Amino acid sequence: MTLLLSPNAWWVLLSMLVLGVASGMIGCLAYWKRQSLMSDALSHAALPGVVIAFAITGVKILPVLILGAAISALIGAFLVQWVVSSSRIKEDTAMGIVLSVFFGLGIMLLTIVNRTGGGNVSGLDGFIFGQAASMVRTDVYTMSALGLVVISIVWLGFKEWKLFLFDPAFAKGLGLSVRLMNSLYSGVLVLVIVIGIQAVGVILMSALLIIPAVSARYWTHSFKWMLIGAAVIGGGSGVIGTVISTMGKGWPTGPFIVVSSAAFFVVSLLFGAQKGLVIVRLQQRSRIKSEVSVPAEREKMVVKEGGY
Amino acid sequence: MQGLSVTGLSAAYRKSKVLDEVNFKLPKGSLTGIVGPNGAGKSTLLKVMLELHPKLGGTVHFAGKPLKTMRKKIGYVPQRGSVDWDFPTDALDVVMMGLYGNVGWMKSPKARHREQAMAALEQMGMADYARRQISQLSGGQQQRVFLARALVQDAELYFMDEPLAGVDAATEQAIMTTLRELKGRSKTVMVVHHDLQTVEDYFDHVLLLNRTVMNYGETADVFTKDNVYRTYGAGLRWRQEVPS
Repeated sequence: MTLLLSPNAWWVLLSMLVLGVASGMIGCLAYWKRQSLMSDALSHAALPGVVIAFAITGVKILPVLILGAAISALIGAFLVQWVVSSSRIKEDTAMGIVLSVFFGLGIMLLTIVNRTGGGNVSGLDGFIFGQAASMVRTDVYTMSALGLVVISIVWLGFKEWKLFLFDPAFAKGLGLSVRLMNSLYSGVLVLVIVIGIQAVGVILMSALLIIPAVSARYWTHSFKWMLIGAAVIGGGSGVIGTVISTMGKGWPTGPFIVVSSAAFFVVSLLFGAQKGLVIVRLQQRSRIKSEVSVPAEREKMVVKEGGY
Repeated sequence: MQGLSVTGLSAAYRKSKVLDEVNFKLPKGSLTGIVGPNGAGKSTLLKVMLELHPKLGGTVHFAGKPLKTMRKKIGYVPQRGSVDWDFPTDALDVVMMGLYGNVGWMKSPKARHREQAMAALEQMGMADYARRQISQLSGGQQQRVFLARALVQDAELYFMDEPLAGVDAATEQAIMTTLRELKGRSKTVMVVHHDLQTVEDYFDHVLLLNRTVMNYGETADVFTKDNVYRTYGAGLRWRQEVPS
């Protein structure tokens, strides 16, 4: 708890809130692009870039490491596309290959740099499971600023994102550049991943993208509220996970964030207001009841709706 | 008055050619059915004309002008199965999408846009379902929502991909009434159609397609037993579906 009281810890919490909100929103985009696994591939693919960026520059400044991570993740994304388009291998298989190869490469490089670079590199280990508590003030600024950029890109283009995700062909017909939207989507996805990996780690970063979005889906039938819900759940998981991880020395942040977002997910799955198991069961029961008691009323409804 | 002219249009999927040297001209205010066997490239023709799918070559003119300057005057109704109806939104919201070009990018729709969208839903007999989740609409109702979305665009030319596929009789009537009404307002309408039995009732022009244009022109002249057989080849088995 002593860490929590330090002013630095408050800054860390704030940046985790921004990160959680941003990744929750981007997670919604990934969810409707049906690319949840892609975020996992990209975050794993970021690791070698972090290590190489450090090996080249010799400094452990976040913007440098983020740049390395972004380049590495984009190469990963490109490789997935390349494997899919130039062979008969399916996208999920390609992502599985890229994910494991890049992660293996990252760990290998990390070992080499650790051997040759001395104790200087210890902080890099944090990129595997995440170490929010080790962030310094400038890291927090970098993360929050980039996180706010991501949030505003989603918010300003809300209507365009909705159209692009629901019906890209129609969007193109209206003159919206689908190529631009795709690039923008890859851009914000990579951005939110690379700003998150120091705090959450490359292995579990995707949880902060996938779980809040899928949880929010249980609460609403509106894309706007799904975005807001995912932002709240993402932000909440980020903050709760970070608070718990700062309670013990050297506790990794990623796992605690995943567990707290999983708690949100279980609650949503059971009690979600629109698709939750409990409400669905209750609706089924009342439907059966009404069918037994007022069959004529029911029939009228079917006829009015033009049949099923 | 020129409605639509297509010259030497070709397209491929991966490396196999699906459209080869498509040429045709249709007058303004015509209601045309695109008819042909499965895999004839009917949907692809619409997509290539609207540059939703890359072309290998050829030109398309809409009312004498290229697509670039006509984009806002063109309404497109994709196949119902091309989108995920589980997407969290309601009928009114989908119809509003047709107005996004008018609303302006990165701006929010205003009350008048909502009214326009409601009017289009009303025209399709869907006003009562405006706030209904799209996943909870029947197939026919979903198709009507798509039609309403195209109507609010107030386009000059409409391109519709199988709007009558798998819909109930009431929806089929509602859609045909709307198409005839569009024709009455001198809009040029092209519809991918699969039911040979209704071609003569529904369309004044017909385009017989099988990778290339087999025949096109006024239905009475073109939609003959010989031409249809030639388009479908050995695939056509149902005598009763062939006009005498």
